[in-house]
Amino acid sequence: MMEGLDDGPDFLSEEDRGLKAINVDLQSDAALQVDISDALSERDKVKFTVHTKSSLPNFKQNEFSVVRQHEEFIWLHDSFIENEDYAGYIIPPAPPRPDFDASREKLQKLGEGEGSMTKEEFTKMKQELEAEYLAIFKKTVAMHEVFLCRVAAHPILRKDLNFHVFLEYNQDLSVRGKNKKEKLEDFFKNMVKSADGVIVSGVKDVDDFFEHERTFLLEYHNRVKDASAKSDRMTRSHKSAADDYNRIGSSLYALGTQDSTDICKFFLKVSELFDKTRKIEARVSADEDLKLSDLLKYYLRESQAAKDLLYRRSRSLVDYENANKALDKARAKNKDVLQAETSQQLCCQKFEKISESAKQELIDFKTRRVAAFRKNLVELAELELKHAKVSFVT
Amino acid sequence: MVQNLQKLCSMMTEKIFLQIINSLRAEATEEVSLDSPEREPILSSEPSPAVTPVTPTTLIAPRIESKSLSAPVIFDRSREEIEEEANGDVFDIEIGVSDPEKVGDGMNAYMAYRVTTKTSLSMFSKSEFSVKRRFSDFLGLHSKLASKYLHVGYIVPPAPEKSIVGMTKVKVGKEDSSSTEFVEKRRAALERYLQRTVKHPTLLQDPDLRQFLESSELPRAVNTQALSGAGILRMVNKAADAVNKMTIKMNESDAWFEEKQQQFENLDQQLRKLHASVEALVCHRKELSANTAAFAKSAAMLGNSEDHTALSRALSQLAEVEEKIDQLHQEQAFADFYMFSELLSDYIRLIAAVKGVFDHRMKCWQKWEDAQITLLKKRETEAKMMVANKPDKIQQAKNEIREWEAKVQQGERDFEQISKTIRKEVGRFEKERVKDFKTVIIKYLESLVQTQQQLIKYWEAFLPEAKAIA
Repeated sequence: MMEGLDDGPDFLSEEDRGLKAINVDLQSDAALQVDISDALSERDKVKFTVHTKSSLPNFKQNEFSVVRQHEEFIWLHDSFIENEDYAGYIIPPAPPRPDFDASREKLQKLGEGEGSMTKEEFTKMKQELEAEYLAIFKKTVAMHEVFLCRVAAHPILRKDLNFHVFLEYNQDLSVRGKNKKEKLEDFFKNMVKSADGVIVSGVKDVDDFFEHERTFLLEYHNRVKDASAKSDRMTRSHKSAADDYNRIGSSLYALGTQDSTDICKFFLKVSELFDKTRKIEARVSADEDLKLSDLLKYYLRESQAAKDLLYRRSRSLVDYENANKALDKARAKNKDVLQAETSQQLCCQKFEKISESAKQELIDFKTRRVAAFRKNLVELAELELKHAKVSFVT
Repeated sequence: MVQNLQKLCSMMTEKIFLQIINSLRAEATEEVSLDSPEREPILSSEPSPAVTPVTPTTLIAPRIESKSLSAPVIFDRSREEIEEEANGDVFDIEIGVSDPEKVGDGMNAYMAYRVTTKTSLSMFSKSEFSVKRRFSDFLGLHSKLASKYLHVGYIVPPAPEKSIVGMTKVKVGKEDSSSTEFVEKRRAALERYLQRTVKHPTLLQDPDLRQFLESSELPRAVNTQALSGAGILRMVNKAADAVNKMTIKMNESDAWFEEKQQQFENLDQQLRKLHASVEALVCHRKELSANTAAFAKSAAMLGNSEDHTALSRALSQLAEVEEKIDQLHQEQAFADFYMFSELLSDYIRLIAAVKGVFDHRMKCWQKWEDAQITLLKKRETEAKMMVANKPDKIQQAKNEIREWEAKVQQGERDFEQISKTIRKEVGRFEKERVKDFKTVIIKYLESLVQTQQQLIKYWEAFLPEAKAIA
């Protein structure tokens, strides 16, 4: 493996490999392969080029591409959530909105402070910020891709009509983002849902498997949230320490050029050393960010989706029990028995369907999670080792 | 021509120096050996960029054992000093400041430090002795040396600064980590201060210094208190000096001085900037260490709740690794601070002392100028008296002229003396600076290298665990 000391290609390729690996175990069969082949960042929008290769008969061609924006991904995700048929599956979590604000702010501050630094410092910081921008960009592309791949790999979701439209329809889907009224509605819906969730979770589950899963997921979700936040903070301080190296390097350089004694060469050398160290430290923190923080963040969202699944199941269980009670009441009063029976039937079916698929989904979730953690932890350790060895040699 | 004369004068003073104190052959041979070619390959890391430390692995190995968090001894007997001894040098005096002890209680409490001297110099009565001193004793020593030597052009190393907040916390008896850190910081600063002072050959001869190091009881230096009469007088003097500096327009005949002053200004600015960056680094590293510890705990909890056994074990291992790394970061932060940052702040203060010396030279010149002007006036008065023909006043004028002529000559001599001393001092200062920076930075880099080595060890231990997740 090349010990690439220049930022360009090495940085990119590592990230590519790393990000694709968040989701292991995706059967990439020839039937349906989706990826994001290109992405363009405009003023405040990112345009993704979604490229599909498929041998399924429903598509007009075998290979095609469309341009999509973030809102359209969210629309697709929401359509899955709202679809009752998919209540029994873990819906892959939606990718987060591309957020370049922080990076843009920094670039602006840099531009304002241009007068107060030396030319070398300015170019160095500019390069750094550009690399950061690039990194965030690549991350958001990867997250959108992961979402699509998960959908494509899911045996049921891949057949969804909306999904096919999303992949194929090469004109604008004219999906507008939710306006204020709809956002408010969403907010209320969420509140009701969480209140309901509390009520529903009080119901003890008959099935041991689900009961165990529920307690486990609850705890796990909280802990992952905590770990993800702390890991974020850790990578951030790592990054600021690396930034400091940058400043120290340039101060030493200035000292070296201005000094008249024979220590000047020494200073120049040490400043070079600091520069290299900084690059390595920055890469270490970026890798940590990638392997650890991102992994935890992703599983935070996934465990939330799994919790949602369990909630939906419990909800349907409660409905089922209510329907049972209603049926009993109706039988007792001998009124509307048929109606009650049919509704009870429906509930029963729904509940069983959900339970079945939920079980499988949760088992899959666990396998996926274990594999992903393994892969990422191994890669994290290997990368840390590689960097430590490089900086040791330097 | 003047410069040759000055060089001759300096060489002669050196000879006198050597004759008076025959145990200190160091000065001349020290200056020679620092420049001799055989030292180049040892000191310089220029030949290949991959060579980091001057000293081989022998210095790295013992470091692994000593995990104590006290400040490293900077002026260790490195190979260079042993080499000097082989050349026939007997510049042999080692000073250590240790065992800070709290004496007394309440607001009258103070910290007493043990000052240990190991020497083979004949001017001391014993070869190894120690005394107890408190902070104000150090300040008293400095003010005595400063009053004796600063105005003749010697660069007297500045004493560590007072800190009312820090000391009050210690006095009040808060046994937390910040007050122990403060005491440790002060102890290290006092040690460096003494070591710098004894390295100066002229100051070493001073009887006050000897008394400080040797005698078991020292008269309490009351003039060092901030709110005493002497303290206020000092502040007033400082203000007056600042005003004077602005008004003196010196006719610089020697470009060397102007150049050097400019250089020191630049150096001061650069060091301040560097110091600020290093302090930021220390701060961030401490933050990183705290965050890593928090993450380690969180990861351990996550491992607990994970029901897949292998993954759970791996996560707990990760938590342990991160904890160790946190410890490592803390130590690195310590090294950052004690080696790098304190060195820089010491030098910033030293440069202030150097600037002070330059200012004294200006004041000396001013005195000389004033004397010349007065002499001129007296001559004018004499001429006037001659014209007015007043015999008694003439005699008085002639006396005054003689007096002022002598003063002018004295002024000139003083000025030349101070210029010469400053040149020598600056040369010495530069050499010391080069040596200091090189030693400390190399040590610092060694510590960085060691951190990386440890990191390697930790991650290598973790990797098989991660791989073992089924």
